[in-house]
Amino acid sequence: MSELQPTEIAISINGTTVSVDAGTTILEAARSAGVEIPTLCWASNLTPVNACRLCVVEMEGSRNLVPACSRECEQGSIIHTESERVALNRKMILEFLDTTNDLSESTELQEFIVRYEADSSRYTEPSQMKDATKIEDDLFVRAYDRCVLCYKCVEACGDDAQFTFAISMAGRGFDTRVSTEFDTPLPESACVYCGNCVGVCPTNALQFKKEFDLRQAAQWEPERQKTTETICSYCGVGCTLELHTQDNEIYKVTSPADHSVTAGHLCVKGRFGWQYVQPPTRRPSSPDMSS
Amino acid sequence: MSDLKYTDATPDSDEREAVDYLVSDPPVRRESERWVISGLGRTRDTRHLLLPGLHQLQNVKGWISPGGLNYLAETLQIPAAEAYGVASFYDLFQLEEPEDGPLHHVCVDPVCANRGSGSYIEELRSEGHRVHESPCLGQCERPPASFVQMTGAENQDLTSTTSVDPQFFSGATSRLLRRFRTNAPTRLESYKEQGGYEALKSAIELGGTRVIEMLLDSGLTGRGGAAFPTGVKWQSVANHQSAPKYVVANADESEPGTFKDRMILENDPFALIEAMTIAGISTGCEKGWIYIRGEYTTAADRLARAIAQAYSAQLLGEAIAGSSASFDLEIRQGAGAYICGEETSLFNSIEGFRGEPRSKPPYPTDIGLFGQPTIVNNPETFLNVLEILNYGVDHYRSAGTPDSPGTKLFCLSGDIARPGLYEADFGITLRELLSNAGGVDGVLQTVLLGGAAGCFVSPQQLDVPLTFEDTKSHDLTLGSGAVMVFSTEVSVRDVLSRLAQFFRDESCGQCVPCRIGTVRQHEVLLQIGDSKADVENVALLEDIATVMTDASICGLGQTAASAVRSALTLGLLDESRP
Ligand SMILES: Cc1cc2nc3c(=O)[nH]c(=O)nc-3n(C[C@H](O)[C@H](O)[C@H](O)COP(=O)(O)O)c2cc1C
Ligand code: SF4
Ligand code: SF4
Ligand code: FES
Repeated sequence: MSELQPTEIAISINGTTVSVDAGTTILEAARSAGVEIPTLCWASNLTPVNACRLCVVEMEGSRNLVPACSRECEQGSIIHTESERVALNRKMILEFLDTTNDLSESTELQEFIVRYEADSSRYTEPSQMKDATKIEDDLFVRAYDRCVLCYKCVEACGDDAQFTFAISMAGRGFDTRVSTEFDTPLPESACVYCGNCVGVCPTNALQFKKEFDLRQAAQWEPERQKTTETICSYCGVGCTLELHTQDNEIYKVTSPADHSVTAGHLCVKGRFGWQYVQPPTRRPSSPDMSS
Repeated sequence: MSDLKYTDATPDSDEREAVDYLVSDPPVRRESERWVISGLGRTRDTRHLLLPGLHQLQNVKGWISPGGLNYLAETLQIPAAEAYGVASFYDLFQLEEPEDGPLHHVCVDPVCANRGSGSYIEELRSEGHRVHESPCLGQCERPPASFVQMTGAENQDLTSTTSVDPQFFSGATSRLLRRFRTNAPTRLESYKEQGGYEALKSAIELGGTRVIEMLLDSGLTGRGGAAFPTGVKWQSVANHQSAPKYVVANADESEPGTFKDRMILENDPFALIEAMTIAGISTGCEKGWIYIRGEYTTAADRLARAIAQAYSAQLLGEAIAGSSASFDLEIRQGAGAYICGEETSLFNSIEGFRGEPRSKPPYPTDIGLFGQPTIVNNPETFLNVLEILNYGVDHYRSAGTPDSPGTKLFCLSGDIARPGLYEADFGITLRELLSNAGGVDGVLQTVLLGGAAGCFVSPQQLDVPLTFEDTKSHDLTLGSGAVMVFSTEVSVRDVLSRLAQFFRDESCGQCVPCRIGTVRQHEVLLQIGDSKADVENVALLEDIATVMTDASICGLGQTAASAVRSALTLGLLDESRP
């Protein structure tokens, strides 16, 4: 395809004219105009997969709704982001997810469920993803009963960040799961424990073991938590770290998604090195921290 | 890029040999480039050998073992998790060690289910055979359909195990089926005696621009379901100066009730090869791929033999038929996934990725196979090209209607006296078509027109002319040309829940509306069971249908509710079943 010339184009969003550079997505255009569109599988630091369809909007002249997160604006497009038809579609998507997964640890989805009046009680004995939580090491757990198959972790492990490719979508249809080959436990797989998958997961399906343990022990106390920024001291790159603590104990480490160096992604040392900084309650067993 | 890491599982000697052979003797060309939605790709020269490699492993051992998968993936430099993700996408690959013996796939979709597949499955099981209850196997004219997957031997479909003549019938005008009766399908000489390769000669003389003009004038539209103008497609690929460009024949044919492409490939394989060659030289595509569903073993075999002969006769390869043009052709076999008939999913499948549809735009004519401009057509569409070149545009338009010129293949199955493949002029009514096939076996209840993604037609609607424009104005669709006939002996509820099960099983799982919507639709139908559909259930079915149709990525999700909706409209669930 030929390179697009950066020209200005004008579109209408909910009756207001917005002008943007060619190549801008509907989502970006809407945000620049102060119009909020809900997203789930989209993230600023990952390639759009447009799989969740929560961001669909009405584009006049199109038979189907279009995904705002990945569809580029076209000159003269007339977009409606909150029409009745859009709201019904979002409500259904949220009902589908809510009847399939445990969404209790995703505050954002809980807000959307209320906003779009999703009513899961309409479904009688719906099939669910009931996977048992995978606890295979001391660093993070995988609770796929919460997994909405947003592809974020697969992208972060693959060619959007880490280039390790330890996990992939496997199976088909409702039985699709994020998996290593033959469901090999992570410590024996290609996983390098960078934790970038955990960093991008929107539903807490992937969560740090420390957080998981606190929640299991009913000691999860958001009021006693805070976040402190620091620079990682392991090497000369200078990644910004956000240390999430409860009562001065670190339970997770992240990096801002808009950070110019990390784009939110870290390596095993930045992500889990704190387990040595603090006297560990349990030692990380399997992953090799020497590399 | 970092080194790939594999587990300790190793292959046995058979697996090693199968993979080594595949790589040492690769098919004609060796290029592949990852094209993902991002375009951020890794070049993998051999990744497109993944699907053939998985077929090899499955065939030598009866399953794909961790050691075999590791060896194949490492040889092709594919991450093990991704190779597993691909293998686990397809029904024909087993990832757990099975018991010994062949695996019998028996169709349980509506036509076969009403015609003995249940008792056939019981019989097979009682004899100790392994059975997989399969979606439609594209052999609906001879129910119950089956396909036997072997270990260490060739797989078998019904054409290879029965001696029944192919059932095809032409009306007043026999065009697409003109060579079926007299052709020796795998003999080039026989094909030539019947006028074969005259169209290629004309195409070379006329030149690409004129060939495309003729297609545009003929009004030919695609027969794969979407009815897109074929000339427009070819034109836009011809306009791209970039190389390489590709021609793809979509013979994945998995729409329930459809078997026309299998019949074409089994009985007239050279016709597809000739037409694809014409597409290649007329639009500047240097290579063609034929993607054929994995269960069509006879068709794939005959096609491979025909391709070999065409190469020997310099009708494929370099300097085709004395011209300066070259064109190569390669076959890829699917492995049991209806969704791989969706064109972009088909590209991913050939490239060695999971058969998940890509988002459109961009369209295949701009960014298709390996990210290059690509023509995708259905085999029936390709056969029409030969008619247009051999007999001219005026003759072509002398059959059919101005908006639906030419003839159409219909696949008749179910409760009908003579099931089989029928060619008829566009504009024939369903009533005439049924009477050509000897009439309904019993009292007509309903016809499912267009396959699982089609609509139910009531006995009162039999006079709708079968054209694109008339079906559209009646909220119907010709779809793939499937005509499944159901008498009053059949339970429409069973048919409906089986169709819903089909979509649930065949959804690729990529997008939420279809992955979960197809499951919820099936669950509500099962819940309604034999009772009258109540207001709440109907409202829920309507909402599920809306989100699947409006918000799904591809045509599978977008049509997964169409039969259910039409059944509700016709009132087929209004009375409870006694
Ligand atoms: C779920 C799904 C399955 C499809 N299966 C087939 C198929 O088996 N054969 C086919 O020719 N087209 C199939 N199509 C349509 C193709 O995407 C594409 O439109 C067609 O191959 C174009 O060829 P035509 O222009 O000659 O019709 C399918 C579409 C969808 C959404
Ligand atoms: S585990 Fe989390 S990030 Fe990965 S697909 Fe599931 S929800 Fe998305
Ligand atoms: S509509 Fe269904 S088959 Fe198509 S992409 Fe979505 S999940 Fe896959
Ligand atoms: S946010 Fe656009 S499809 Fe998920």
